[in-house]
Amino acid sequence: MKLSTLTLVVSVAAGSAMAGPIAPADVVFTEYGAVEASLSGQPGDAANGAKIMTTKSTGNCIACHEVSALSEAPFHGNVGPSLDGVADRWSEAELRGILSNAKKTYEGTVMPAYYKVDGFTRPGNAYTGKAAEGALDPLLSAQQIEDVVAFLSTLKDE
Amino acid sequence: MKFKAMTAIAALAVSAPALLLADADDDTLIVNGEIEMITKAPAPEHLSGVLDEIVSGWHMRSDETQVMQADDFDNPGMIYTEQALDDWNAVNGTKGKSCASCHGDVEESMKGVRAVYPKWNDSKEKVYTMEMQINDCLTDGMGADAWKKSGAQMAAMEALISVQSRGMPMNVAIDGPAEATWEWGKELYYTRTGQLDLSCASCHEENYGNHIRSDHLSQGQTNGFPVYRLKNAKLTTVHGRFKGCVRDTRAETYSPGSDEFVALELYVASRGNGLSVEGPSVRN
Ligand code: HEC
Ligand code: HEC
Repeated sequence: MKLSTLTLVVSVAAGSAMAGPIAPADVVFTEYGAVEASLSGQPGDAANGAKIMTTKSTGNCIACHEVSALSEAPFHGNVGPSLDGVADRWSEAELRGILSNAKKTYEGTVMPAYYKVDGFTRPGNAYTGKAAEGALDPLLSAQQIEDVVAFLSTLKDE
Repeated sequence: MKFKAMTAIAALAVSAPALLLADADDDTLIVNGEIEMITKAPAPEHLSGVLDEIVSGWHMRSDETQVMQADDFDNPGMIYTEQALDDWNAVNGTKGKSCASCHGDVEESMKGVRAVYPKWNDSKEKVYTMEMQINDCLTDGMGADAWKKSGAQMAAMEALISVQSRGMPMNVAIDGPAEATWEWGKELYYTRTGQLDLSCASCHEENYGNHIRSDHLSQGQTNGFPVYRLKNAKLTTVHGRFKGCVRDTRAETYSPGSDEFVALELYVASRGNGLSVEGPSVRN
């Protein structure tokens, strides 16, 4: 009895440590820029991911990408490719990698890194034009990335 | 057979400009029915391998915005030139002089000036923007206070001076003593800034013609400055626009009038060498 209680306590502690979000600096990319492990340790919420993609103050992905499934939101840009059928082209791990730091997949791309906090020139305090104060937050949180990955995974043509 | 070949050629002729100009329309700009604007031109030599053709931002605007610039009665920027003309003639400062005391009729003395600025100033030994020259005239020449950098009064005077060169091709010098500043400006143009990690080139060289949200990206040319922006219903200076663009990369901006923006202004102006001076232009 006593022994099994102890085991339980230990496993809960270990479990919660594993479930904590991976910090931007600790994200492990494969050679081709994919990220295998969930950043938050939690499943993503596709509906929330769709909202993040169309919201100017969060992902604002449609500023550059056309997405037919999000056609009710106005003004899709075309700086990047259309994301229709993107889940046929990329696995979940690859999509997570593109979102976290697209430059690991596409060298020199203009797509911003959504889960990166260092290595920038003159980082600002959001869109104020003033210098950033203290450490930067990533553009999207670990869970927001997972939510967007979950939504992108639904974009299948086949 | 013959018919088919012709159709193919015709189709090519139609589709080729769209590919090359990336969505710039084929409209022409003639102001007041008399000033023919060069809104597309072969790129200057220093851009060889980078751009073939340079295109005014006017082409990326809607038809409604475009026509406003074709007639001075419809161009809201022109009102400011009248205000600036009052400043031109007003005695100001301890020396009892106006701009006109030294320069006479603005229509004669300021013709061609806008097309060659920024330019090297021999006595000050640095590249001067029109704004720096105006402020020197105010303080040293007239004993008056300098105007606020990129402020409303300054923008209006720049509009008045620009109007005297409308239609003339931009022709800033980039060699000789200006070269080091130009090189620095070029470096700044290609430096990615902010948390979005974008350079001027990311938007205006790699993606002009494309849409970013509702914005139709132009080449970010400065030949139309100062521009009247319908969005905020006032004149915007070159440095004001640069500041907004840098801010939009989530970066700490440079200040209007800073050495960085002066260098960048020279470099960006040189990318437009060959396009007509349009200021004050109308943009959204
Ligand atoms: C500033 C422009 C920009 C923004 C904002 C942007 N992207 Fe991208 N994205 C690109 C470009 C450009 C590419 C193509 C890569 C390249 O060639 O550089 C790309 C590629 C992609 C791809 C691979 C597409 C394919 O068809 O293979 C995915 C997936 C993607 N982006 C998702 C997103 C998501 C999700 C967001 C927002 C959270 C986003 N992007 C925001 C510019 C952008
Ligand atoms: C994130 C994208 C982005 C970046 C990066 C960017 N700009 Fe812009 N810029 C725009 C948009 C959008 C407009 C408004 C539409 C247009 O004219 O292109 C604009 C407009 C301009 C204009 C006005 C053009 C006209 O005809 O009225 C100039 C000049 C300009 N930018 C210069 C720059 C310079 C210099 C830099 C770098 C310091 C820069 N931009 C960086 C997006 C950007």
